[in-house]
Amino acid sequence: MPEKAVNESDQQALFQFLLRLGDNTLVLGHRVSEWCGHAPVLEEDIALANTALDLIGQTQLWLGLAGEVEGKGRDADALAFLRDIWDFRNILMVELPNGDFGQTIMRQFLYDAWSSVMLGRLIKSGNPAIAEIAGKVSKEVAYHIERSADTVVGLGDGTEESHKRMQAALNYLYPYVGEMFLSDDTDAAMVSAGFAPDPASLRDEYDVLVAKVLADATLTLPDGSYTHKGGRTGAMHTEHLGHVLTSMQWLQRAYPGSQW
Amino acid sequence: MNNEWPLWEIFIRGQHGLSHRHVGSLHAPDAEMAIKNARDVYTRRNEGVSIWVVEAVHISATSPGDKGPFYEPSQSKVYRHPTFFDIPDEVGSM
Repeated sequence: MPEKAVNESDQQALFQFLLRLGDNTLVLGHRVSEWCGHAPVLEEDIALANTALDLIGQTQLWLGLAGEVEGKGRDADALAFLRDIWDFRNILMVELPNGDFGQTIMRQFLYDAWSSVMLGRLIKSGNPAIAEIAGKVSKEVAYHIERSADTVVGLGDGTEESHKRMQAALNYLYPYVGEMFLSDDTDAAMVSAGFAPDPASLRDEYDVLVAKVLADATLTLPDGSYTHKGGRTGAMHTEHLGHVLTSMQWLQRAYPGSQW
Repeated sequence: MNNEWPLWEIFIRGQHGLSHRHVGSLHAPDAEMAIKNARDVYTRRNEGVSIWVVEAVHISATSPGDKGPFYEPSQSKVYRHPTFFDIPDEVGSM
């Protein structure tokens, strides 16, 4: 194969990899922002809004880099607001509806745990731009996991009602966890370039972290190994992503290029 | 039954060398969460380098009714201010 073609497919893989990171934080950030003004108490409302803003900030970095790698003049805004569902590469878990407060916190914890393990590896990425972003955002993610883990423990080991809701949230969300650890050609290209770890290699560290918190929370992992998938490859999203994009993108669609 | 989380008073040190200053209060189930909530509510614009939280019930305060006996007697005692000394110029500003 001519060298140029190899480089192009590598660039394409890197672009896809960065979309996966940026779309995760974008869609989850938008979901969490839906709590603004609706959380059960003022303190949680502000904390969730802060988390949402952090995630959108991370999105600017990942999608900004993705746009540079793609080299077609699209910036983070263009990638966020002007792509349609089939071009999104986020995992399915982050696009699921918020459910009750407990389900939102459980999803945040299950995501934060993956994010903190992943960023720990990306700090050592052979791609300096990726390593720099990972280093920058890992501090706030360390706070996110501390907060969401504490809240999972507080609610799981709380009242009978809060325990019941947290166990139900875990049962509902756990089949979506496996998608974070699936590997494909894009991941293989990132591994051989020395840019990112094989997602499957994160699983042990993740399981240890999650098991410890769930034990403190008196919650039990559900049986079964079925994994919902299709989001990070773009093969098939849930019905919910379209609704997310409708509310997130309508302004740029209705008034293209408008600024404020 | 009271379902409210207890109230916590929040003190934040703005920068090294300054003292902690009372910035407000918030609700939290325990001290650890009070610190986390304070971080999110009061330091999101880079306001602090250290946070103290104290459960409000543990603060004892003077009552407004004590104003007369507590504070008014000192109003007429200007000699308690060290303003009657001649300070040599060499000392500089104090």
